[in-house]
Amino acid sequence: MSPSHDTAAAPPVKEGGAAPARPPVESPETLRKRARLSRRWQRDVRWSPYAFVSPFFLLFVAFGMFPLIYTAWASLHTVELTAPTDMEWAGLRNYTRIFDDEFYWNAAKNTFTIGIISTVPQLMMALGIAHLLNYKLRASNFFRVVMLAPYATSIAAATLVFVLLFGRDYGMINWFLGLFGVDNIDWQNDKWYAQIAVSSIVIWRWTGYNALIYLAAMQAIPQDLYESAALDGASRWKQFLHVTLPSLRPTILFTVVVSTIGASQLFAEPLMFDANKGASGGPQHQFQTLGLYMYEQGWVNQHLGRASAIAWTMFLILIVVGIINYVISRRLRASS
Amino acid sequence: MTTTITKPPADAVPEPPKNGKRRLGLKAARAGGQHHAGPIAYVILAVFTLVSIFPLFWTAIAASRDNARLAETPPPFWFGANLFDKLEVAWEDANLGEAFLNTTIVATISSLTIVFLSTIAGFAFAKLRFKGRSAMMLIVIGTMMVPPQLQVIPLYMMVAKLDWTDQLQAVILPSLVSAFGVFFMRQYLIQALPDEIIEAARVDGASSWRVIWHVVFPAARPAMAVLGMLMFVQTWNDFLWPFLVLTQLGNPTVQVAVAGLGRGYTPDQALIMAGALLSTLPLLLVFAIFGKQIVGGIMQGAVKG
Repeated sequence: MSPSHDTAAAPPVKEGGAAPARPPVESPETLRKRARLSRRWQRDVRWSPYAFVSPFFLLFVAFGMFPLIYTAWASLHTVELTAPTDMEWAGLRNYTRIFDDEFYWNAAKNTFTIGIISTVPQLMMALGIAHLLNYKLRASNFFRVVMLAPYATSIAAATLVFVLLFGRDYGMINWFLGLFGVDNIDWQNDKWYAQIAVSSIVIWRWTGYNALIYLAAMQAIPQDLYESAALDGASRWKQFLHVTLPSLRPTILFTVVVSTIGASQLFAEPLMFDANKGASGGPQHQFQTLGLYMYEQGWVNQHLGRASAIAWTMFLILIVVGIINYVISRRLRASS
Repeated sequence: MTTTITKPPADAVPEPPKNGKRRLGLKAARAGGQHHAGPIAYVILAVFTLVSIFPLFWTAIAASRDNARLAETPPPFWFGANLFDKLEVAWEDANLGEAFLNTTIVATISSLTIVFLSTIAGFAFAKLRFKGRSAMMLIVIGTMMVPPQLQVIPLYMMVAKLDWTDQLQAVILPSLVSAFGVFFMRQYLIQALPDEIIEAARVDGASSWRVIWHVVFPAARPAMAVLGMLMFVQTWNDFLWPFLVLTQLGNPTVQVAVAGLGRGYTPDQALIMAGALLSTLPLLLVFAIFGKQIVGGIMQGAVKG
């Protein structure tokens, strides 16, 4: 059922009492009634939009905005996990403390590199898969559903499986690479390999999901664009470059923003990937992300104030990323 | 796999601009919109299918083995005899029965509320004019940028103060809104709900609430179903916040319970895999049954240009 068909099939809404009287001559009674109805109608039109959006905003203020501001407030205090309500003014000390901590910068760098390693290939592969799925395909629904299966898997479960697959001595991935003569790789302890392993979990979980978003956008591209491109003799590749990609630009930007946010918040994967299930992100902190570092400071070392400061720096980084994204998208729009 | 190649391979390579051929391509474009996929496309998709499914499949294999076998090379590729024993032990050890119940409660309440609130807010943003609309929409989109880490600390303090640690409402209440949901419904309703229908209902004297009930909800039903599914999956898989406020001994969600499985002194790998399998199975079943509708719904929402 197409949505428009659905609405067309819906019975027309009629309110018996409000229907205008047929005869051209109207009694003052009806006129008054109509004026009252019309006033009510206007009030309704004017205020109901606010009624419809207010539940969202009320809940958002309570569980989104308030915590956001309160985190800023808490980041200026010394707060311990053991007594979260005892706050002692500390000024910017939490910020100077974390900026002096080499592990903060290490975590920031890791978050950035893992973010790149996981987001870039993921989105590119998603684009490619979406393009393939956009062909007329046998069992196309089967492929689409299967691509979404990793998304349905819980992070905890997926990471536990990948820990085993990435095992150094008996892991399947090393065994497979061994078939090609590659020596066993220490996926947990080597910095870059560990980051690649953590990224691969992210890539595995989200590629299919992003592919479906791209596919949906691709199917919305009007066919005549392709037809005229084909008439101009554009090859399939040229059509992809000059018709598909430009039409997808807003969607691509959207997925870039969403994936960037997701990558900056990476927490469960590095937490569970650690063999000791600690918050340090490996013995040398080699895959500790900012999310994990915040958890370590707040819930392991019990410094909630410092954790708040970390959370705010993460937010500021995201704002910068958002601004960069905005500028890029404006440039792109201007150039097209 | 189910990737028998039925189409002529010539389709995969860009066709030369010969007249006859091009016309054929155009006809195909008009009929179904697309060219047929060539064998290369099937091969690539088959590989991705394999990569998507294999870790899940292997979870079941690992769960059916014992640790000694898992610590051998090559790793096992087929099932052993222990699957049901391990599943039973994992179920008991991780208290998965209770965890499933908890997670179901949380995910159901959150996703239903999110769908309802998102639909009415999305409708207002898509179709109604009111002062401050674009500013509010900007806030909604902006909130999608706010990392949950920012909210976690004060929420934790709130929960601690209210003595809600280990209580399900600590997980449910903050998850009742979704900026993504509002955005999603707005995008859908802009396309799927013609202005004329609302106007017609208005002319007939319908109140805003009647418009919502009789026009918006029927029109939005496919998108509501999809959003509900997406939100259910998301809440089911939510990790950070439940991990912080719920303990394994209190009221764990499935994620918290499973995370605890890997923490033994001498972790039993097969047992961990059994727990991981159990935690994912219900969602995979949902996908096996409704996957086509979910995917179809996402597609349908975007097809109308």
